[in-house]
Amino acid sequence: MKVVAKTANEAMAEAMRQINPDVVAAYPITPATEIVQIFSSFVHDGLVDTEFIAVESEHSAMSACIGAAAAGARVMTSTSSQGLALMDEVLYIAAALRLPIVICEINRALSAPINIHCDHSDTMNVRDSGWIQIYAEDSQEAYDSVIQAMKIAEEAFLPAMVTADGFILSHAMQRIDMLEDEEVQAFIGEHKSPYNLLDIDNPITIGPLDLQDYFFEHKRQEADAMMKAPKVIKKVADEFGQKFGRKYGLVEEYRLDDADYAIVVMGSTAGTAKDTVDLMREKGHKVGLLRIRVFRPFPAEEILNALKNVKVVGVMDRADGVNAFGGPVFMEVRAALYESEKKPDVYSFVYGLGGRDVKPVDIERVFQMIMEADKGKKIDRLNYIGVRE
Amino acid sequence: MKETWKELPIGAIIKEPGTSKRFETGDWRTERPVLDPEKCIHCMFCWIYCPDSSIKVEDGKMEGFLYEYCKGCGICAEMCPTKAITMVREEV
Repeated sequence: MKVVAKTANEAMAEAMRQINPDVVAAYPITPATEIVQIFSSFVHDGLVDTEFIAVESEHSAMSACIGAAAAGARVMTSTSSQGLALMDEVLYIAAALRLPIVICEINRALSAPINIHCDHSDTMNVRDSGWIQIYAEDSQEAYDSVIQAMKIAEEAFLPAMVTADGFILSHAMQRIDMLEDEEVQAFIGEHKSPYNLLDIDNPITIGPLDLQDYFFEHKRQEADAMMKAPKVIKKVADEFGQKFGRKYGLVEEYRLDDADYAIVVMGSTAGTAKDTVDLMREKGHKVGLLRIRVFRPFPAEEILNALKNVKVVGVMDRADGVNAFGGPVFMEVRAALYESEKKPDVYSFVYGLGGRDVKPVDIERVFQMIMEADKGKKIDRLNYIGVRE
Repeated sequence: MKETWKELPIGAIIKEPGTSKRFETGDWRTERPVLDPEKCIHCMFCWIYCPDSSIKVEDGKMEGFLYEYCKGCGICAEMCPTKAITMVREEV
């Protein structure tokens, strides 16, 4: 273990180097460009055995990843925002073909208007594509999660994306505990592949036409893999925790035990929110935080358990549902809490679009609003925090 | 009985080669061509025009249809100069 200073981009590129994938096919895009740029220098310097394919678009990047993974290779790529959107149709194919590909994703707002800064609209756009989604709070977690994701993907035979907030994490230097190369290799183990297109002794067909009489069964099978994935994710995280000392779950609870009021967040905002919770606790408010780390598969049970004794919940979405019932995370958290006995009130707070800064005062405002709602004040179900009204 | 989702191979792959041979595309058909041998002059127009090679020919004679692959498009009936082929609705 060695301590280094790395941005999330650098840390994720280092994780890729230590994983040493057989194939990386990628196209650069701000703010994720550095990941493949740094990785390509590792390829040039002979530090990895990777076949690096510089493609002409993200659609081609994911297509090449699928071909390589179907041929039994360990495969990774990286992208952000418009790049992930351009991969969209191929993402569904990677998932349905059950190929264990890992994307290092940097969260950036989808156009228009054109913007290069952080929000979660890009990964929310593909939340039902059949990919595991892990949202990192900091660069350390981004690094650790990429390593875990490779193992998770190959045990669940599902593709996985690890996300880190654009610029806030991707370009901010943080202290990272890096594992030794051998430790990473020993942890991820031998590459596992669901099948191999190049096994000429056992020829197979991949991607045949699948009509009314079989398609539904294959989708049901895919759903089953996702339902079983939480167990795999927890197992891999536990093993990681035991070996390297850093523990991760599907969700993270922060001062929730006796909390009456809770907010739910994902990504780097959790850091700011934890400080805010501490500040408000000092003032005597019974507040807490739930951070969703794994959004797909959706950890409904853990959320239900974590928030079962809370009076009011504010869910902070860094993406708008645009004319939906509320933000996407809000809708799913609220749906999960419908099964709780006490059925806490749940409100939606959309914030931070296009990289709009979120400060402790903004998070305190969310807590104030849900506390006022509990005292009988009527507040809107959907609220926009930090926008000029 | 077809396989349940628990029995099928992962990722919708097909685990053996050449299985398309077993895929009889004739079951898409809603109408089937029927030959009147009295009217047929064995001109082979139907054989030339059939897009699915589903005209059965033996010793230079038109002998009927390969219903396993005939999709019932009706081109043979349309092209037949003696109206020896009629399209009949498939009943379940």
